[in-house]
Amino acid sequence: MTVCVRVQQEDFDVGAEVTALREGDGRVGAVAVFVGMVRDVSEETNIVAMTLEHYPGMTEKSLIRIIEEAQRRFAILGATVIHRVGTLRPLDQIVLIAVKSEHRGEAFDACRFIIDYLKTEAPFWKQEVTPDGTRWVNARVSDDAARSRWES
Amino acid sequence: MISLRLVYLARLREAFEISGETLEIPAESPTVGDVVALLRERGAPWSYELAEGRAVRVAVNHEMAGLHTSLRTHDELAFFPPVTGG
Repeated sequence: MTVCVRVQQEDFDVGAEVTALREGDGRVGAVAVFVGMVRDVSEETNIVAMTLEHYPGMTEKSLIRIIEEAQRRFAILGATVIHRVGTLRPLDQIVLIAVKSEHRGEAFDACRFIIDYLKTEAPFWKQEVTPDGTRWVNARVSDDAARSRWES
Repeated sequence: MISLRLVYLARLREAFEISGETLEIPAESPTVGDVVALLRERGAPWSYELAEGRAVRVAVNHEMAGLHTSLRTHDELAFFPPVTGG
């Protein structure tokens, strides 16, 4: 099982990360990838920038625990999770989830499981910069619903 | 008497205007709830931000915790709003 977790300010190269994840591993028949981006509009307000804060020390542990839980539930061979922090602008990449497995079903399921859990468990907070000032993003009920899908 | 490291994140850090503090609490094994009660006694903004019904999450030593979680000296207790990453 290959596990790679990074919290960083720098951007990431999706192609390079997928290559690194599956490099030399002939068992891998599928890699599923999710990339989250900053949108330029949120709740009908223009977004100038977004600042992402996290809880150093807890964040990495939380991400590793989520991947381990995905591994317990799905037959996956490895996963990479990269989450950016600091100031980002519209169109910037925020998060990468890449999962490798023998067949596509497990990779797709585990990828979705990891992002759904990340959104409700990993200690990150977004603050939006709008033309009228800054505001903290509120947690979404739909994110809790997405997560609870996995609990039935 | 035990000594705790308190950490405030995101909206709570801004509201309290500090990112953390060391708190001495006159009890042998207090719970998270005991600490919350002590902080509320400071008045606003503590009483407001940590009021019952406010969306606040707690972690003890980097693990999600609840009001009944008991604390030992040098534990790190973090307060933060529901997470919004991804």
